[in-house]
Amino acid sequence: MLTSGVILLAGSLLSPEPGLIFWTAITFILVLLILKKIAWGPIITALQDREKGIQSSIDRAHQAKDESEAILRKNRELLSKADAEADRILREGKDYAEKLRADITEKAQSEAKKMIASAKDEIEQEKRRALDVLRNEVADLAVKGAEKIIKTALDADMQKKIVNSMIQDFSTKRN
Amino acid sequence: MKRINVLQPKALLKVFAVLVPLLLNGYGIAAASTEQLPSVSRNEVVAAPAVEAAHGAQAAPEEEKAGDVIMHHILNNRVFAFPPFGSVELPEIKVGGFDISITKHVVMLWVVSAILLVIFSIVGAKYKKMTPSQAPKGLVNAMEALVEFIRTDVAKANIGKEYEKYLTYLLTVFFFILLCNLMGLVPYGATATGNINVTLTLATFTFFLTQMAALKAHGIKGYLAHLTGGTHPALWIIMIPIEFIGLFTKPVALTIRLFANMTAGHIVILSLIFISFILKSYIVAVVMSVPFSIFIYLLELFVAFLQAFIFTMLSALFIGLASAHEGHDEHEAGVASH
Repeated sequence: MLTSGVILLAGSLLSPEPGLIFWTAITFILVLLILKKIAWGPIITALQDREKGIQSSIDRAHQAKDESEAILRKNRELLSKADAEADRILREGKDYAEKLRADITEKAQSEAKKMIASAKDEIEQEKRRALDVLRNEVADLAVKGAEKIIKTALDADMQKKIVNSMIQDFSTKRN
Repeated sequence: MKRINVLQPKALLKVFAVLVPLLLNGYGIAAASTEQLPSVSRNEVVAAPAVEAAHGAQAAPEEEKAGDVIMHHILNNRVFAFPPFGSVELPEIKVGGFDISITKHVVMLWVVSAILLVIFSIVGAKYKKMTPSQAPKGLVNAMEALVEFIRTDVAKANIGKEYEKYLTYLLTVFFFILLCNLMGLVPYGATATGNINVTLTLATFTFFLTQMAALKAHGIKGYLAHLTGGTHPALWIIMIPIEFIGLFTKPVALTIRLFANMTAGHIVILSLIFISFILKSYIVAVVMSVPFSIFIYLLELFVAFLQAFIFTMLSALFIGLASAHEGHDEHEAGVASH
């Protein structure tokens, strides 16, 4: 109780001290000036630089994101275009192959026909030649037979019969 | 966990084993046993006037001594005492009739300035070397957190666009007051901010900055128009003195808030300690003085930061209000909301 009374009554708590005010002002202003030079300047500059750096990093990141999205979109477009292109090429290839196959088949068939036709011609020719040869042979044979007949017996009726029968034989054989 | 629980009673027993002789010793002085303690202390209190009457010459100076010691701790003087080792007499300087002696609080201001300069020359040098891509660490990081807090949450939030001009002042005043407050909690230290002359000087700086900000923002005409409160000329005879006084209430409030907070905390701590001396009882010391003064000490640690922040915050707020390009009504609303 007495203690608090002493504290309250002691006016010195609120007493002015011009010396202390003077020293406080001087000290504070000097500290302020020195700190401004050695600390606040560099710190604030560094903080602002870092803020700017972070902001620019964020901006750059956004930009990169936009760019990559654009690239992705472009890629997708290209991919779909390439898909369409591939489809088209495939279809065209199939069509071409189909046509080619048809062509080749047709050509082969015509070739085959041609070959068959030529073979037939050849066969015909060969046959004709063979027939000619045969005819000559037959004629020769006939002549020889006749010769023989003539040589052996000159019986006209007989000979006629023989020749006729021979001719008949040949013609039946021929057919 | 269980092992600790098992050990605790043993530890408590040990503490009691140490404390009981101590307490008994205390009763020894009062010539009483443990059971009689409460009655004894009551007797002592009751008997105090009688003792005072009987040994008036002896008791009265003893009671006054406690108050004197407290005042000695709080008030400014020209002796820097290091109790068990003696004391240093500080020089007395008088220039042109003005007493500008180096006192205890002046020395504390210088100690604070020296610590600030050392810390921030280290931090500043680190920042000069640092590139924006490097992250701060250690002391630099701790200081940066505080600087960044003052910069964004105090200066930018309250002043607005032109905050950078006042940042130097706000940062310096914050760290200066914070360290002054903390120095009072250090052994042999004294709280310079517990002296009204120091806080008055700092508040005066804020006052001048506020007026300069107002003049710059509104011009001399706007500044004078503000003093009339925007009322009819017939009311000017009332309004001008009121607004003029209003100019000084803010710095006076700053002055007294800081001074009273710092002084009150120290008086409470010292009073709590002196209770045990006044009652001459160890049990009071163990049960009350020490735990309570530790509690108040921790509170003071918080208050040291809080008051430094509040002084800076209000300085920024006053500067922001003075330079705000707003109508008078909004201005008043802004003050009221805070």
